[in-house]
Amino acid sequence: MNKLNSKIPDGPLAEKWSKHKASIKLVNPANKKRLEIIVVGTGLAGASAAASLGELGYNVKVFCYQDTPRRAHSVAAQGGINAAKNYKNDGDSVYRLFYDMIKGGDYRAREANVYRAAEVSNNIIDQYTAQGVPFAREYGGLLDNRSFGGVQVSRTFYAKGQTGQQCLLGSYSALSRQINKGTCTMYSRRDLLDIVVVDGKARGIIARNLITGEIERHGAHAVVLATGGYGTIYYMSTLAVNSNASAAWKAHKKGALFANPSFIQIHPTCIPVLNDYQSKLTLMSESLRNDGRIWVPKEKGDKRLPNDIPEEERDYYLERRYPAFGNLVPRDVASRAAKERCDAGYGVGDTGLSVYLDFKDAIKKQGKEAIEAKYGNLFEMYEKIAGTNPYERPMRIYPAGHYTMGGLWVDYNLMTTVPGLYAIGEANFSDHGANRLGASSLMQTAGDGYFVIPYTIGDYLADEIRTPKISTDLPEFEASEKEVLSQIDKLMAINGTQPAKSFHKRLGKIMWDHAGMARNEEGLKEGIKLINELEKEFWTDLKITGTKDELNQEIEKAGRVADFFGIAKLICQDALNRKESCGAHFREESQTEGGEAKRDDENYSYVAAWEYIDENTAQKLHKEELTFDFVEVKVRSYK
Amino acid sequence: MNITLKIWRQKNAKAKGQFVEYPLSDVSPEMSFLEMLDALNNKLVKEGTDPVAFDNDCREGICGMCSLYINGRAHGQETRTTTCELHMRVFKDGETISIEPWRSKAFPVVKDLIVDRNAFDKIIQAGGFISVNTGSASDSNSIPVSKAKADDAFDSASCIGCGACVATCKNSSAMLFVSAKVSQLANFPQGQVEAAKRAKNMVAKMDELGFGNCTNTGACEVECPKGISIKNIAKLNREYLSAKLSD
Repeated sequence: MNKLNSKIPDGPLAEKWSKHKASIKLVNPANKKRLEIIVVGTGLAGASAAASLGELGYNVKVFCYQDTPRRAHSVAAQGGINAAKNYKNDGDSVYRLFYDMIKGGDYRAREANVYRAAEVSNNIIDQYTAQGVPFAREYGGLLDNRSFGGVQVSRTFYAKGQTGQQCLLGSYSALSRQINKGTCTMYSRRDLLDIVVVDGKARGIIARNLITGEIERHGAHAVVLATGGYGTIYYMSTLAVNSNASAAWKAHKKGALFANPSFIQIHPTCIPVLNDYQSKLTLMSESLRNDGRIWVPKEKGDKRLPNDIPEEERDYYLERRYPAFGNLVPRDVASRAAKERCDAGYGVGDTGLSVYLDFKDAIKKQGKEAIEAKYGNLFEMYEKIAGTNPYERPMRIYPAGHYTMGGLWVDYNLMTTVPGLYAIGEANFSDHGANRLGASSLMQTAGDGYFVIPYTIGDYLADEIRTPKISTDLPEFEASEKEVLSQIDKLMAINGTQPAKSFHKRLGKIMWDHAGMARNEEGLKEGIKLINELEKEFWTDLKITGTKDELNQEIEKAGRVADFFGIAKLICQDALNRKESCGAHFREESQTEGGEAKRDDENYSYVAAWEYIDENTAQKLHKEELTFDFVEVKVRSYK
Repeated sequence: MNITLKIWRQKNAKAKGQFVEYPLSDVSPEMSFLEMLDALNNKLVKEGTDPVAFDNDCREGICGMCSLYINGRAHGQETRTTTCELHMRVFKDGETISIEPWRSKAFPVVKDLIVDRNAFDKIIQAGGFISVNTGSASDSNSIPVSKAKADDAFDSASCIGCGACVATCKNSSAMLFVSAKVSQLANFPQGQVEAAKRAKNMVAKMDELGFGNCTNTGACEVECPKGISIKNIAKLNREYLSAKLSD
C-alpha cells in the first residue's frame, strides 16, 4: 500500500490553494471551543499557529523548552524574509518567487506546496507590519528591500540583521494576546518526550517538566509539531545549543515517515572554529554577500595578512566561477566552492579552514556609515567573537551546519502520516527541496503558522467534533508514560564516566566528516559503523549526576543525544540511497567535470520518505514521485 | 589561564543557597564565558558532582536566555555584551570570578544560577501587542511611517528580555523593559489606537508582580546588553500620564 497520499488539489497551479481552501471542511465556532490542539515549539511557525488557532476559538496548549516562548531559535535569523510584493518594480511576482524556490531547491520540492508558500508570502509582511514589526523603511516611509542569494530581484524585507528576532517578537506578541484572552495556555520549560497515539490518531503528548522533573500527560484532538530542524546533529552548528530532534524522532517512531533526512544546508558564511572548546558556530548573514566580496590568495599557503595581499594576487573565486550571480550564488554552491578552495590548500587562518569576506570596496564606494547602517550589528557581533574589526580587516568565514530541508513527511494539509499529527515550519520537509534559498525560511515558517495550518487543520477536526475531551487516563497514555520513565531510568542507571555533551561532540564530528558538505559511499558506510560504535559506548559509559525529580540538565542532554543517534544513521542511510548529487546533497560520485553537482532526474526525482520499523530492522523506503507540470526541469546553473 | 570561580549554588527555589569555590585550570582566552562553564561542568560531572545549572540557548547574544551576575555586574564587565558573547580574554590569569544569579523579588531563583523570569511574559500579555487578528491586515505600504520613527521603533524593539535591567536596578524596576515595548508600538500609527490602554495595563501588571519603582538612576541603560536607551522611560511616562489624564 502506498502510504503517501500528498493530497495535492487538481487544477491550475495558481488556483490550487484558493480552490482547496474553498472546498475543505470547516468547524463551526461553537464546536471549535470544544476542541483542543497541542502546539509544540514557539518559533515563527509554532507561535503564529498557536495565536491564529486561538483567535479562531480553539483551545490551544503551547509547549516550549525555553523559559519563555520569545526565545525560540527563529529569533536568531538575521538577514530577512522574502515576499513577492514587487515593491521594487523589478519584475517580481508570485510565480517568479515560486520558480526561484523550485530551481534553488534543485527540483526536489513539490510544486503545489512551493507555489502556496510564495502565494501567502505577501500576507505575512502585511501581518507583521500591522503587529508593529519595525521592518526597514526608505525615507519616503515605505518598506525597503534588499537582495539575497540565488535570485535576481530585490524581494527581501528586513530589520537590520535581526529580522528573525523582530518577526518572532511579532508572533510572540500575537501569542501573548491569546494567552491573555485564555484561548492559549502556555507550558514553558517542557521537553516533549513522546507522542501518544490512540486508535491510530495523535491524541496527546508526554512531556517532562524541566523544573520539577515531573512527567506530564497532555491530551488533545490534534497535535502540531513546530519543533524546528535537526542541524545540531553536527554538534557545532548555527543553531541554539539546546535545539534538538527529539520531537521529530519520537513522532517518527510512532509512525510518521521522515522525508529526505540527508538534505541539510551548510551555510557558507559562519565564523570559523577558533578553539577546541567551541560549542557553536555563529552565522554571519547571507545579506553580507550583497556588499562583501569573497576571496582567497592566489598563492597556496600565503601567510601574509589580508590587507598586505595586493588586488592582483587575490582570487575572487565566486566571481570567477559564477559571473552571472557572483558572490550571490545560492548557499550550497557558495559552501562547496569554499570547501574546494580550502581543500586545495588556499584556505586562510591558522587552520587553513576559512576564506575572506571583504568589505573594503563597499566601504570605499558607499562610505563606512552606509555599511554600518546595513550591517552594524553583524560587524559588532563578529568583532566580539573573532576579536578583529571587520571595517578594517576582512572577516574570516567558513561553512557550518545550518538548516535542515528534510523533516517529517507531510501532505498538502501539512499532516504527517499519523492522522491528527501535523508538522509545520522547519520540522516538515515540503518547501525547500534539496536546498533552501536565503530569507525563505522565515517566509515558509510564518506562512505555515499563520496562513496554512489554521485552514487545513479544520479539514481534519471537522470529523472530530463528536470526540469528547481526550482523557489522559487512557491506557495509551499510561503505556507512553511508562516507556518514557523507563528510558530515563535506563539512562541514569548506566552510571559510566562520560557526560552526554562529550558524546554529542563526538557524534557531531563523525557526521561532519562523513555526512557533511560532500559524501561518498565508503564514507557514509564508515559513518554508520562509527555511529553504531559510539551509540554502544553511550549506553555503557554515560554519566548522569543528580536525580530525575529535579531540574537536571544532564538528563535533558542525554535524552536528546540518545535520539540523535537514530537520526544520524537515518541521514547516512538516506544519503547512501540517493546516489545523485542535488542541492546541498553532494555525492562525490556524481559530479560534472567542473565539479558541479550532477542530478539524476531519471532515477531520483522523488521524495525519499522513511518508515521506522524497529531498532533492529533497516528503515523502509517509500517514494513520492515528483512531477513538474508548471516548470521546465533544467540543469541548475548560476554561471 | 588558571582561575578560581566563586559560584552561587542553590539546590532549588526553597533551599538556602551559598557560594562554592571551584578552581579551574587550562582555561583558554579564546573560550566564551559559557564555554568555560561547560568545561567546569564537564569536570564536575566526571567527578560525580552536580554540575552548575545555568540558562543559555542561542549563544550568539540574541535569545536573551543567558543571564549571570559576574563580578557584581550583569552580563560581566563588557558593555553591550551578553554573557554568551563575553570571552575569557577579558579576564586575567589567576583571577577569582564571582558568579551569581539575577537578584530580584520578581525573578525568584529556580536552581543555582537559573531564575524564573515569567513575570516579563505576564507584562507583555497584559498589553504588549497590537490587537490584529491573522488575515485582517491591509497592504503594508498603505500606512507610510517615517524612517526616523521606524528606526526608533527598531531600537526599542531590540530588547531581548534578558532581565539585566531589573537585576541591575537597586529598586528592581522593570521600567526599561516595559518602556521599550510601549515606545516601540507607540511609534506606529496602528499602535496608537491602544496606546493609552497598553501603557496603563503594562504598568499596572509590573506593579502587581512586585517590581520596584523607577528612580531615574540610569543604571539599567548602562548594563543593557542591547543598549536600550532610558529615553524610552521618558516616553512611557508621557504615554502613561496622558492615559491617566484622559481617564
